[in-house]
Amino acid sequence: MGLNKEVIKPILAGFGITARRLKHKKVTVSYPEQLREQYPRTRWRHFLARYENGLEKCIGCSLCAGACPARCIYVEAAENTDEARFSPGERYATRYEINMIRCIFCGYCQEACPTGAIVLRKNFELADYKRESFVYTKEMLLEKYPGESDEPYVGRYQKKDKKEPAGSTKP
Amino acid sequence: MPKKVETIVLHDSSTPVIGDMEKGGNVVVTSLEYLLAQARANSLWPLTFGLACCAIEMMSTVASRFDLARFGSEAFRATPRQADVMIIAGRLSKKMAPVLRQIYDQMPEPKWVISMGACASSGGVYNNYAIVQGADQVVPVDVYVPGCPPSPDALIYGILKLQEKVKRHKATTFGELRLAEAFNPRGLEEVDV
Repeated sequence: MGLNKEVIKPILAGFGITARRLKHKKVTVSYPEQLREQYPRTRWRHFLARYENGLEKCIGCSLCAGACPARCIYVEAAENTDEARFSPGERYATRYEINMIRCIFCGYCQEACPTGAIVLRKNFELADYKRESFVYTKEMLLEKYPGESDEPYVGRYQKKDKKEPAGSTKP
Repeated sequence: MPKKVETIVLHDSSTPVIGDMEKGGNVVVTSLEYLLAQARANSLWPLTFGLACCAIEMMSTVASRFDLARFGSEAFRATPRQADVMIIAGRLSKKMAPVLRQIYDQMPEPKWVISMGACASSGGVYNNYAIVQGADQVVPVDVYVPGCPPSPDALIYGILKLQEKVKRHKATTFGELRLAEAFNPRGLEEVDV
């Protein structure tokens, strides 16, 4: 009577909930092996785009630096000449640096850019050991996106060769 | 288990294998060091140091979707005495800085620090008089995780990076290393690891 009602029944009821939960789909994303689907407008690492003929889209206008609320972009521009042509316009960026550790990934630079040169992609694996390695130079930003535009991003721990990102430092 | 018996070699970043001993250490305790490093790396108990919105992401990292318990870090401790890694999540104000330092000092060796988010790492948008421009001005930071706030997977990536670092270290001399670091809060650059 008392034992049955006060001990066994609640225990069975409790395990009943557990048993029902076993049927549910697992919610855990086993991250390093498997990546969750990123939302379409996820903003992470910056990339500088090029035109199909290889010229840089960036014209060194510094509008991105002006729009940046964290003031993490530094642009130094110079004139294009016929001998050394980097972008189709008059000017190009000689130095283009982003301090990734100060950046808040708001995407204002992408919105401000008149030529669509700077794009924020879904490459979120940016953690590193040293502050110095977070200043991304123009060469690093001009790298090709690991999975070209519509392809899904491949995590660093999923790759066969665990290649370190450019500028990465060992502790 | 690797049986590397060699004299002490200098840090060579081109060779490390994850989970492998990067350099030969003391011949007698090499395997013990390896074992200790593995044990430490796979049970990093974090200290909750949620200071702002990054703490929300830190909480969801422990929740079932991302489940930090898979890496042995599920036991978030509210007391520094039982924690291994301090996750500074959020902007660190100048009033909070002495508290942070005190709590860091109360943590037992060996200890590590993850600076989570733009504000903790560098001040972020708060370039003003109230916010410390980078938690590494107060405590030595091991891993910086950029983002505002970093998504849980980005934080997990940072923790995995820290695990790699922990596994690579000579475990038995960690206390000495930290002592050298205490006078150089900018990190490990000058200390030959």
